[in-house]
Amino acid sequence: MIPVAVTVNGVRHERLVEPRLLLSDFIRHELHLYGTHVGCEHGVCGACTILLDGRPARSCLTLAVQADGAEIATVESLANGSELDPLQQAFHEHFGLQCGFCTPGILMTARFFLQQNPSPTEEQVRAELAGNLCRCTGYASIVDAILAASRASRP
Amino acid sequence: MKPAPFEYHRPGTLDEALMLLADDPDAKPLAGGQSLVPMLNFRLARPSALVDLVGIPELEGIHVEGGALVVGAMTRQWDLEHSDHALPLLRDALRHVGHTATRCRGTVGGSLVHADPTAELPVCALALGAELVTNRRTIPAEEFFVSVFTTALEPGELLVEVRFPDPAGPSAFAEVAHRDGDFAVVCVACAGERIALGGVGATPVLWDGGDLDLLAGFGDLFAPADYKRSVAEALIERVRA
Repeated sequence: MIPVAVTVNGVRHERLVEPRLLLSDFIRHELHLYGTHVGCEHGVCGACTILLDGRPARSCLTLAVQADGAEIATVESLANGSELDPLQQAFHEHFGLQCGFCTPGILMTARFFLQQNPSPTEEQVRAELAGNLCRCTGYASIVDAILAASRASRP
Repeated sequence: MKPAPFEYHRPGTLDEALMLLADDPDAKPLAGGQSLVPMLNFRLARPSALVDLVGIPELEGIHVEGGALVVGAMTRQWDLEHSDHALPLLRDALRHVGHTATRCRGTVGGSLVHADPTAELPVCALALGAELVTNRRTIPAEEFFVSVFTTALEPGELLVEVRFPDPAGPSAFAEVAHRDGDFAVVCVACAGERIALGGVGATPVLWDGGDLDLLAGFGDLFAPADYKRSVAEALIERVRA
């Protein structure tokens, strides 16, 4: 067992873990943060995307031991109590989700994407979303939501 | 889908990493993990131990030296893509390497050493005539890629840095993939006079201007040979335009 210390959504956690424990399972089963969804477990679907030291990462392609010392943000970091983050609010208003399984990964992907590119074109949004599978085929409204969030955050 | 058990080491120096790998023939080095961890999850790879190369100073950094771009093996793909020093060919090609989330973790050295025959960076390395510097020697890209997932690296040898020469003349990259961010059906990199193709055989190949049928092993599970050949022809036209 290996000691791991991480800060997740501003809270420090220390655990002893097996080296083979995936970060996705660490977040869900050790920290009981169930917002991070586990889909394919081989890095294809994007549902488990989190921010690791501020950058998006597939938590199913990261070992918990690799995250030792890191700052992690999961989807739970976005809302302030019952008050939605503007990105979440845009998804709510533009019907950016159907079943919601892919949503946490898409929100964390979009969060970093809009930080890097605050005023993206529709084509850029669509290209970025290629790494996140939505099986409800809800992409049109997801694209609308991300573009609306980018407009809302402009001065 | 969970990996089989393994030990985990995070050495602080290159020497320490080499020692850990020498002590255990079933240990594997871990770079960004974006190809290795899926293989662990599927239990296609069952190493006894992983030697994490993160944070080893000798493997980090991007700089220009003697007309070549020198990239530490553990440089994240995203960092090279966004570096002011990145050659235009590498920047164009990196946009096709997986997705933002995998590029933020995946490393330049990891992709080259993994040697997937459809991956973009090995094709660029070949087109640019890159040199792959290990802890023992310098290997030209032409000799580095031996077969599918197989390189000239020997046991006890680790890639330390890659030297990409600035090409004399224009460069371009073109790719056809089934989905954005997927491995290529065919990809083509042009650097000056040199054109390299990926997805057309067991390794990336330099094109000598001759008959494309002579390049080995064209068809695969995902695309028949005649389709790949026509894609390769079209992409060669595109990078030369």
